[in-house]
This record gives sequence, structure tokens and C-alpha cells, in this order.
Amino acid sequence: MHMAASPQKVGATGGAGSGSSSIVETLADFARRRKSFWVAVSLAILFTAWEIAGRVPISFAFPTFLETLSALIEMALDGTLLPAYFITFQPLLLGVAVSAVLGIGLGIAMGLSDKAEWLLAPVFIVLQAAPMAALVPLVTFVYGIGLVAKTLAVIMLALPVIVLNSYKAVRHVNPSLVDMCRSFQGTRMQQIFKIVIPDATPVLFAGLRLGIAAGFIGVMLAELLITPTGIGDLITYHRSVANYAHMYAAVASIIAVSTLTLAALQYVELRFLRPEKRRK
Amino acid sequence: MKLFGIKIPMMTSLIFWALVWEIVGRMDVIFLIPPMSSIIAAGFGLVQTGSWQNATLITLRTFVLGMAMAIAVGVPLGVAMGRFKIVDNIFGLWVNMFVSAPLSALVPVLMILFGLGETTVFVTVFLFAVWIIVLDARAGVMQVPPSLIEMGRCYGASRFTIFTKIILLSALPEILAGIRIGLIRGVKGVVIGQILVSIIGYGELFELYSRSFDMERFWALTIILFAAAMVLSAVVEHFEKRIEYYAGAR
Amino acid sequence: MANPIPLRTADNATPDAVVEVRDICKRYGDVEALRGINLQFERGKLTTLLGPSGCGKTTLLKIIAGLVPATSGQVIVNGRQVTGPGPERAFVFQDFALMPWATVLRNVAFGLELKGMPQAERHRIARHYINEVGLSGFEEKYPHELSGGMRQRVGIARAFSVNADVLLLDEPFSAVDEQNRRKFQEDLLRLVDKERKTFLFVTHSIEEAVYVSDRIVLLSPRPGRVSQIIEPAIDRSAAPDVIRRDKGYLDVVEEIWQGLRQYAE
Repeated sequence: MHMAASPQKVGATGGAGSGSSSIVETLADFARRRKSFWVAVSLAILFTAWEIAGRVPISFAFPTFLETLSALIEMALDGTLLPAYFITFQPLLLGVAVSAVLGIGLGIAMGLSDKAEWLLAPVFIVLQAAPMAALVPLVTFVYGIGLVAKTLAVIMLALPVIVLNSYKAVRHVNPSLVDMCRSFQGTRMQQIFKIVIPDATPVLFAGLRLGIAAGFIGVMLAELLITPTGIGDLITYHRSVANYAHMYAAVASIIAVSTLTLAALQYVELRFLRPEKRRK
Repeated sequence: MKLFGIKIPMMTSLIFWALVWEIVGRMDVIFLIPPMSSIIAAGFGLVQTGSWQNATLITLRTFVLGMAMAIAVGVPLGVAMGRFKIVDNIFGLWVNMFVSAPLSALVPVLMILFGLGETTVFVTVFLFAVWIIVLDARAGVMQVPPSLIEMGRCYGASRFTIFTKIILLSALPEILAGIRIGLIRGVKGVVIGQILVSIIGYGELFELYSRSFDMERFWALTIILFAAAMVLSAVVEHFEKRIEYYAGAR
Repeated sequence: MANPIPLRTADNATPDAVVEVRDICKRYGDVEALRGINLQFERGKLTTLLGPSGCGKTTLLKIIAGLVPATSGQVIVNGRQVTGPGPERAFVFQDFALMPWATVLRNVAFGLELKGMPQAERHRIARHYINEVGLSGFEEKYPHELSGGMRQRVGIARAFSVNADVLLLDEPFSAVDEQNRRKFQEDLLRLVDKERKTFLFVTHSIEEAVYVSDRIVLLSPRPGRVSQIIEPAIDRSAAPDVIRRDKGYLDVVEEIWQGLRQYAE
């Protein structure tokens, strides 16, 4: 369906260019100019492959793309999808917010102070490299199966990566800018707030994006492991009743939502931090 | 950090934290935190049990297989994406999407497709590790200096020679960096896979110990796992440093 | 060797020294970067520190700026010993050190912003110096929108706007292409003439040093020591193109090259 739409656009751009070129050439020309063309092609290829694999079928538990799509539309219309996301987003947003504030704060402190670095950096290096998922069952002992436990699961996965990125961001601040601030007798506070933090911002944002990605993994883990709620509940429920198209739709939707969230954050970042993002 | 003019290695703070843990554990604040000494004692007991050895064998097997597959697929795909625009255009979207997607949500799907066994964990490891390997291999190939390739052509190197002796070798630092991050992600994948499947390997043991409130063994297992992840990453990092000299000269 | 230019080896005290460097030594671990440097810099003059790479000329400049502590020795500026950066000195960086997130105007006014000067006033001063370095109309641009040469003009305007007595320039033109570099050197001479400040200039270009300097301090490497002091008495009232073809100018360049060629690899 994406393919059907593109030849018309090709006709329009081809007409503006050279009149005598063949369809193949204009298509190639269009592909060069428009990134969205490749997004469409790439989506179409995967969905077609999915559809074919589902029709063969490669497994009794492998619905076709169209079945999955219609299941998704059905869930969106009958009012199960939106409330599920409402539930899933609560621990996610809470956890990411706590991790962001705490993580950026700790990371900056570690970047600025040798003592904080000595005390905390090794811990977070271990926590980031380690499979924190193993500890998720533990939180249920203390905090039960409610919102707190799930929020904690998100924080456990999101915090280390945000801390370490903030720490690296501060340590890699352009030393020449710091010297410049010193040469104009900037105070330590001025140095931190006018030079270090602004210069670290792009890397802080990158850490935040990684933290959100980890937070999505954490919230799905919590919903599948601690107790089925939200999207995790949709996945678990439809799996238990062998309603595979709906289950696949729920999985695909959470992956799509996380991708769109990260893309939106990147867009915001590029838009509001434009002058420095164009450097290098 | 420096104390009294002596530089204290950073990792020594872990000893400090272990001591804090020991004290908190001795004070019997919460059953979740037993003293570090008893955890270590439990760890020595644990590694002698047949169930631990068996679980370790299964975990290692699925991890190694999954990683081998991820490298075997990831590096060629990344190199192809770096060299051929069309491959890049077709796969770029998916690789960039899956590299930060919540793959834990995908495990239930794998469970119904591949059953509650090692295959599911193997595929989980593969899926966690492969994307970053692809991305880094692609980045490595794309930043081969054009002057190096032109140099090869000037001295009459064939396309194949340019590819193997210039492009691949020049991209090696990035490829290795990708594999290192892939390994760390693979460890997370093997744990998440096993915990969600929960009837094999470490997943089964974690389930067992947490159900029976056997905190000493639970933490011992966690520490073994964390230490293994750190050692693995340190080994690859050491290997990376050995070839870093030419990455720096580029 | 007979020389038509009046060369003078000056190591005795000068009457009107703004900056005085006494017995400066600097070690980085086992590496001796500077050994026993004694120098004086007069008001209103431009002195160049010239030498091959590794002779410690940038280190010396940063010690004078108070950015790098000396291992031993003193720096005295306006009769007071230097312990850190001070308002009477301003630094121009080799890599420009412009804040990429700030406009030209904010970058130029940054030194004043740090002093807590009200915005309207500091912007007025910044605009004056932006105009002075020929960047009028670029006030609201960001550094990445400027060429290398224009970026360094921002760096110079920033140093001027804090009204320091001493300007320390660390290879300011090394990242600027040759055409712009020559224009820059001419502009610099004009500013030296106009602003009546003390300039300390670091470069590794012999021609640049001879063209802009009242006095050239030649440093020898490993460890950095003062090997020679040359005062090229060039008539600066002549047109730039005439100076660059002047026999005296060329002879000084040759003289310095003969002194430095032993250090070339």
C-alpha cells in the first residue's frame, strides 16, 4: 500500500526535473531525494515478508501481518489498548523522571568531585554492565506487586545508564572552555552553570534517551514478571487464550510506541539545542 | 581520588561498599540483606552443587551460541550496510529501531514460537546483542578515511584487497567496540530470557531461591553473574586497547 | 656575522615592565618543560614567544595567564605576584574556546557577564568591539555559522572587551588559512597601535613573528629555555606588501631560521 502511493509522487517530482528520463531513473532520483521513500520501502518489505511467513505458516502461533493489524485496530477501537497504555505509562514516567533527576544530579556530582567519583563511579559501572533484571523479583518482596515495585524496576534499569552518561558528559567537557572561564575569573559556580552543564547537555540528553529505552525494557519486564498489568497484561492474557494476533499486536505496539517516544525526544533535542548540535 | 597524597584506585570503593553491606547485614535490618560474609560463604557452597554447575553450563551454552550467531550475522550485515547504500536504506530503519526497543516484550512471543527451552533464550541473546554490533560495524566501515582507499587504488590494489586489507582492518576498532557492548547486552539478554522462561538455567535458580527466601544464595548467584559480566567486558576492553594504537593514529 | 639590522640582545631590566617573569621552571612529572625563564615585557609592546613545538611556549603563556601553576619561580604583573587568572590579563585561545550554544554577542560579552555587569551595558561594550574586529552584522550568529578566521575575531573581541592591560594570544591564527592570516596580522598591528596594551603572542611561524613583533623571544626545546632575544626594528609605517619584501624583514627571518634550524627534525 505504501508502494502504491509512491509512483504518483515520483511522477510529480520527475516532471519538475528532466522530461525524457525513464521511470527507473526518476524512481532512483526520487529515492535519493526523499528519505521517506526508503522508510516506506523498508516497512513494506518487512510487512510483506511477515505476511508471507504468516500465510505459509511457519508456526501455528505466527499470525499474518494483516491479522495482527486488524487485531491492533480492534483493540484500539474496543477500548482495551488506551487504558492499558495509561497503566503502563504510570510506572514508566515516574521511574524515568526519578532516574533523570537523580541520575543527572549524581552524574554531575561524580563528574565534578573526585570523592563522589571514587565513591559512586565503580558501583554504577558494575550496575550498568550487570544484568539488573535478575534483581527485579527482589523488589516484590519489599514493595509487593503495586506501582512502587514497578517504578523501582524501571529505576533499576534506567538509573545506571543515565548516571554514567551524565558523569562522562561532565568529564568530557571541552577543557579549553573551562580554561576560558577561569581566565575571565569565573567563579566555580559560574563555571559549572555557564560552561560545564551547557557543554554537557548533548551527552546528558543522549544518556536520557538510553535511560528511557532501558526504562521501557524495565516496565515490560515488571509487567511480565511481577504481575500482569497494562500492556504486559494484554500480552499475557492473549497468550493464555491462544489469541496470537492480539498478542503480537500488543508487542508490536509497545515497540512502536517506544521507538516513537525516542524519536520525538530526539526531535525536541535537535530543535531546541540546534546551535550546538550542528557542531563538529 | 587522592588521600594524604596517595592515589587510591577507583575500584577500591567497591571494598568500602562491601564493608557497608556487611555492617548493614550484621545489624539484621532486613532479611533481604544478609551479611556479605555469609553471602560469600554461600557462594562457595553454591558453586559445588550440581544444580549450579548444570545451570551454568546451560547459561554458557545459550550465551555463547547466541553471541556467535549475533557476531556472525551482525558484522557482515553492518559491513554491508556501510558499503552499500541500498542495504543501508532497507535495514537502517529496523536496526535503529530494535537497538533501543523494549525487547523484553518480545520474549513472550519467542516463548510461544520456540517453546520454554534453550532455543528461546538463545534467540533472546541474539536479539539483544545483534543490533549494536550491526550499528558499530556500519559506523566503522563508514568512517574509513577515503584517502586510505584512494591510496590502495593508487598502488593497484584489487577491490578485494582493498576490502580485506584496508576497509575491514580499518573498521576493526569499531567492530570490536560493538562486540563488547553486544556482549554486555547479551548477558542481560540471557538473564532476561531465563528469568521470563523461568524453568531453565539461572532463571530457574533465581526463581527457586527467591521463592524459598534463600537470600544468601540469591545474592551469591547475583554476584557471580555481575562479576562474570564485568570480567567479560574487561577482557574485551583489554583486547580493544591492544589495537587502539592504530585507531588513535587515524 | 655582519647584519644590517640593529639587533640587540636584551636581558637587562627594562624600565617600564608590566609583566615580569622570574626564574620560572615547570616540570610535568619527569619531563622538564621550562627551565629558568627570566623575561620582562614592556607596556604597549608586542612580544612574541617563538620556538619549535615542544619548547614550552604555550606553557609559559598559560603560566603567565595563571591557568597553569609554575613548579618554581614567580610571575609579577603590575607589581603583583600572579596566583591565578586576573582582570588585568585576557587570554585568546588557539582553538577559539567559543561557547557553541551562545551567539557572537553573548560570547564576546561573556567576560563581562562573569563579572556581573548588567546586560545592556555589557552588550554595548561587546557591540563596540565586535565592530572593531570587523564583525558588525554577525552579532546574532552562532560560532558554527562563522569561518575559522571570523571565530578568532570573536575570541579577540572578547579579550578586548574586558579591558585588560595584558593580552595573551596563544597561536591565535594557527587554525586560520593563509590569506586570512595575513589580513589578521595587519589588523592585529592596527589594534596594537590603537589600544596601547601589552601583547604576548605565541606562534611557530617565523614570518608571522617578525611581521608583528616589537621583540621576539626565541625558546629552545627540551627543556624550554630562552636562547635569544631579537628586536626586529622594522618601519611599520610602510605598506604591508612593502614590509614583506623589505630586505631588513627578510634578513631577520633568515637570522631566526639559522638559529632554529638545528631543532628541525
